[in-house]
Amino acid sequence: MQTAHTRNATRRTRNDRIFDIANICLMCVLLFIVVYPLYFIVIASFSDPTLIHQGKVSFIPQGITFEGYQKIFANSKLWIGYRNSLYYTLVGTSINVVLTFLTAYPLSRKDMKGRGVLMFFYTFAMIFSGGMIPTYMNVRSLHLINTVWALVLPGAILIYNLIIARTFFVQTIPNELLEASLIDGCSNWKFFLRVVLPLSPTLVAILILFYGVNHWNQYFEAMLYMSDSKKYPLQTVLRGILLQNEALVQSSYDDDPLRLQRIADQIKYGVIILGSAPLLMLYPFLQKYFVKGLMIGSVKG
Amino acid sequence: MTSELTRGSVLRKRLRYGGVARNYQLYIMSLPGIVYLVLFRYIPIAGAQLAFKKFIARAGIWGSPWVGFQHFQKFFDSYQFSKLLGNTLILSVMQLVWSFPIPILLALMLNQMNNQRFRKVSQTILYAPYFISTVVLVGMLQVFFSVNIGIFNNMLAALGFARIEFLSDPSMFRPLYIFSGIWQSMGYNSIIYLAALTSVSPDLHEAAVVDGATKAQRILHIDLPSILPTVVIMLILSVGRMMTIGFEKAYLMQNARNLGTAEIISTFVYKIGIQQAQYEYATAIDLFNSIINLLLMTSVNYMARRVGETSLW
Repeated sequence: MQTAHTRNATRRTRNDRIFDIANICLMCVLLFIVVYPLYFIVIASFSDPTLIHQGKVSFIPQGITFEGYQKIFANSKLWIGYRNSLYYTLVGTSINVVLTFLTAYPLSRKDMKGRGVLMFFYTFAMIFSGGMIPTYMNVRSLHLINTVWALVLPGAILIYNLIIARTFFVQTIPNELLEASLIDGCSNWKFFLRVVLPLSPTLVAILILFYGVNHWNQYFEAMLYMSDSKKYPLQTVLRGILLQNEALVQSSYDDDPLRLQRIADQIKYGVIILGSAPLLMLYPFLQKYFVKGLMIGSVKG
Repeated sequence: MTSELTRGSVLRKRLRYGGVARNYQLYIMSLPGIVYLVLFRYIPIAGAQLAFKKFIARAGIWGSPWVGFQHFQKFFDSYQFSKLLGNTLILSVMQLVWSFPIPILLALMLNQMNNQRFRKVSQTILYAPYFISTVVLVGMLQVFFSVNIGIFNNMLAALGFARIEFLSDPSMFRPLYIFSGIWQSMGYNSIIYLAALTSVSPDLHEAAVVDGATKAQRILHIDLPSILPTVVIMLILSVGRMMTIGFEKAYLMQNARNLGTAEIISTFVYKIGIQQAQYEYATAIDLFNSIINLLLMTSVNYMARRVGETSLW
């Protein structure tokens, strides 16, 4: 004899099983939607462009050819962009991390007078800005145009990251530690270097990631401030190839224009991969820091 | 024992009273940040006075003569005003309506995954597109939706339909903009909700199971109410950012034929200000945009504080 309770329980488990199956199916659909475009670009980058054009490539690479990659590797533009972006990212991120640490730590100290006022000025600057033109004119009047500083200094501290850093300090540096150190005659500066820094490798990782990704993908600032094509960062070079159809291949009189167009298309696929590969390959190893950073950011501090 | 006590109280006194003098090193530490704040944030904010001036290069921003609201008037009277404001508002409202709920659903789904490994792999895959740059994302849109070589049009053609000019059709700009945005950031935006879900007490779920609640009921009555404060905060942030809608992507997606829907305030400011060097006019338009944005943010925050206990400040 089945009691009402167990009947309910079996109905419940059946319901839940249906729910689980539906959930997994829906998730698989979503995963497909996210993965397929990326996968297609990978296979298209070394498939015969004519077959892609005819719509014959969908899941398996067809007529494998590396002509597109050969053309890309033979061209120096992309590599100059890579080098520039690497340089801008290194310089920019170092400045970002140092400045954010120096600024956030005092703001986390309850015994610093005036921190409320200071915090107000930072927060206000987060939600209100002078706008594109005054910012541009400011950078121009400081004579930073066409230098690395134009890309690095206007965003030297992102207030959102500053708030993350401050919240991190409030959460991880125990007040007792500070009191004990001060009693022992430790100065604030020493405490910052000997105690706070060694306790904050996670924060360093979070900030390097948040700022680093920003710099690597930065494009608008370079459009505003960089006119010298030798100083173009990667994203600007990519824009030329992907969106403005700048030819990487020199055409000569005996080339079939249709074939040239096909190769130009294949080059686009290859360039998309080479442009996004560094971050996409690095990020799975750094994923936990992103999650951590976002979680700290969501705490009202 | 006694000495320790006195040392403690002396310290506490010093912490309380000797603030400024004793903590001078903290102020030195803050100095580079303050210099940055003034030089790169507040000087441009002061520079926004350009919106009320006639710019004379030799005199600089501060020395140029005032002209009042002339540039604002010009903007409000221009035929572009309603079009730009409309395009900006429609795009941002549509973006909010479509892309706000999806990360919440995604987080609820991920939270229900029993197989931890499948869940981890799914997360890694779903977050990945966030790291693709805007330039590359728009480049991807162009190869996928191109009339001749794009796989979407190839599919349409294979099914016997006519090819659609996704990239230059003004009515396709908003759908492409919004859905590529969802594709890129739904995973990343779900992280915050997922974190909120992990803090839901398992006791609640156990009790509900004993009472015979199904998974769907538990999501509706336990998970969803628990993450509601997070949802409200994220909503405030999204509404507050509405008018700052991405300049980069809209600008990169523009072409001569889709400007009817693709021209938004920020791209217009760039063209008028940087490309045509009408500094005052562009600054006025931009300032108008920032002020609406500030009003939006403060009023939504005020409302959230009145209605619930959650607010940003």
